[in-house]
Amino acid sequence: MRTPLTLRLFAGMPRSAQVALALFALAAWGWVPFAHLALAPEHALHLSAYWVSLLGKILCYMVLAVALDLIWGYAGILSLGHGLFFALGGYAFGMYLMRGIGRDGSYQSDLPDFMVFLDWKELPWYWAGSDSFLWALFLAMALPGAVAFVFGWFAFRSRIKGVYFSIITQALTYAAMLLFFRNETGFGGNNGFTDFKRILGYPITAPETRVALFALSAALLVAALVLGRYLVTSRFGRVLAAIRDAESRVMFIGYNPLHYKLFVWTLSAVLCGLAGALYVPQVGIINPSEMSPANSIEIAIWVAVGGRGTLVGAVVGAGLVNLAKSWFTVSFPEYWPFVLGFLFVAVTLFLPDGVVGLVRRLTRRVAGDAASRGEGGTFGASAGSPAHPAAAPPGPARALAGAAPATAAGAVADADASTGEGAIGAERPIAPAARALPGAYAAQSLETRDERANGPAVTSPAIATKGVQP
Amino acid sequence: MIQPAPDRDARVGEPPGHRDRPSGHVVVPGALDLTHNVILYLEDISVSFDGFRALNRLSLAIDAGELRAIIGPNGAGKTTMMDVITGKTRPDEGKAFFGQTLDLTRLTEPQIAHAGIGRKFQKPTVFEHHTVFENLELALKADKRVRRTLFARLADDERDRIAAVLARVRLAAEADRLAGLLSHGQKQWLEIAMLLVQEPRLLLLDEPVAGMTDEETERTAELFVSLAGTHSLVVVEHDMSFVAALGGKVTVLHEGAVLAEGDLATVQADERVIEVYLGR
Repeated sequence: MRTPLTLRLFAGMPRSAQVALALFALAAWGWVPFAHLALAPEHALHLSAYWVSLLGKILCYMVLAVALDLIWGYAGILSLGHGLFFALGGYAFGMYLMRGIGRDGSYQSDLPDFMVFLDWKELPWYWAGSDSFLWALFLAMALPGAVAFVFGWFAFRSRIKGVYFSIITQALTYAAMLLFFRNETGFGGNNGFTDFKRILGYPITAPETRVALFALSAALLVAALVLGRYLVTSRFGRVLAAIRDAESRVMFIGYNPLHYKLFVWTLSAVLCGLAGALYVPQVGIINPSEMSPANSIEIAIWVAVGGRGTLVGAVVGAGLVNLAKSWFTVSFPEYWPFVLGFLFVAVTLFLPDGVVGLVRRLTRRVAGDAASRGEGGTFGASAGSPAHPAAAPPGPARALAGAAPATAAGAVADADASTGEGAIGAERPIAPAARALPGAYAAQSLETRDERANGPAVTSPAIATKGVQP
Repeated sequence: MIQPAPDRDARVGEPPGHRDRPSGHVVVPGALDLTHNVILYLEDISVSFDGFRALNRLSLAIDAGELRAIIGPNGAGKTTMMDVITGKTRPDEGKAFFGQTLDLTRLTEPQIAHAGIGRKFQKPTVFEHHTVFENLELALKADKRVRRTLFARLADDERDRIAAVLARVRLAAEADRLAGLLSHGQKQWLEIAMLLVQEPRLLLLDEPVAGMTDEETERTAELFVSLAGTHSLVVVEHDMSFVAALGGKVTVLHEGAVLAEGDLATVQADERVIEVYLGR
């Protein structure tokens, strides 16, 4: 029974996830290196440097999205400032890359060009040790982690939640952006860091380096997904989801939500920092615009498009939106903000559980019809198949209330009242099992189940009135 | 008054090692001390919300093992009292002690829960997106710090305890259903079950039978009566037949203070109680 943890993590996954991971590994560590390095540029299947860098960049975004999904989808904390942690990781690693330029800069100085330009004579104290790769890597995790820890400690201790928390995170990243825009801050002002030459002694523009960075990004994504899955399927994950759904109840059974939120919040920031550290050498630049509030909002859109509370949805969403963005910004650059805004509205209105939720609903409609006449067992199976009920995507509860008989409507009203506080952050999945099935059946099944368990559904008016009591 | 020491031996929950010291005993920090057989002691508790006095010099004492019903019209301060006991609301003044030594006004909600006070809310609050079993798993008495929870796995005896409690509240068949899909009465029971697996010493139950059928209400009364003795229970309820079925002492709250106390018949015969309930 003593299998290594990593093996246990993989073995515990559903078959489809194992297959997807294997395919991904094959593509990222097999096909991409081969198509970029081994195939001649004239070959039809050759992967250009542009594509390798673009895909590598998107992989980093995917890690970022997974990090946000961990706290938004599972703990119900919507951060609109995650770009800050990403940028901090990028800057921390960027310092190392700047030192790596050595005397090859325009001014042939030991100092980075922008410092020479500002007429600084020596490195500021916080650049100490920045020529060490390991220190830079440590800093890329520790810096976002520390900022997140301190900020989170104050915010969660004061029980700031929902929209208020989201707004404060926006302000935080905006403030940081203004700080980094200043030349005196010592991070290159609005130009940031760029013109990197080498990493660990290897030329940064060499195809081999590019492929290695790509493969590392893929590894980070796999690690983030596996870690995330472990967390959300552990008891820790169930406590997190419980905090999202009924925080005060969690306190009264003896958990301290502060510690749980703080842990997952800090972990999420560290993941962002690592993603940022891998992002910078691949795109070749880091500047304060990475901290702009709009960037952070975009991360939330990726997760919403893919489907939050699913982990894999974050990956899908980040991939789809960014591929679309790359295409749009080349073809119709001025329309991208409109597309983004449209996406946000459309997803909220029509796809509340994202692309992944849509796919799941469609596949279940096919499978669910066959199973729908079964008893409780199939019910559990259809609802719980994606690892965990709490992992099921959020859904349109009101659609149910309209069509459903008294019992179902009562149950939904009840659930609605309990979720009433905190608009954005508090929105959450409602009766995923019922939603998994076609509307009419779901309502019917709710009713029959209540009858089976409890005699005729006489309690339903009581439930409905109960639900609106304070 | 000097009590003979051996009398205390029969009591449960005393801190170890004080039986041999008739003239005093060692205070064990964090442990429930039932030396004087009082599990909950409130004295002159006052709470105001924007000038409204929700509790007005409320004093109340609950004995260990007692089953106490609290009744009172709306706004009498019943829920606020529970909020004070569980640390959700801090009193403006007054004392609140759990046993002899634990000052409830200084502990946080999770600390109070760990000390042994379990609470059932007026509106059933279960984790709707978790299964019935998972609800109990989360409530189970265990080390609830992050680093333990990250690697926690259910031991066999823990599964047995959950199964036993599930059978006790007749939810064994629903173990794998999402709690959000239970009927109202079942949710009430699930919440009671969540209290039981926490193994508290004192249970606070806010309108536990609201929305239950008559049969469910009856079974709930039986359950509470069977819990009394090993547990102390404070039940807030409007349903007089349910209060009668509990058979314990009754406290009537009115305008944030105790109006009357005694067995149900005495209380119901009290002039002031009749006045408060029926109006002039």
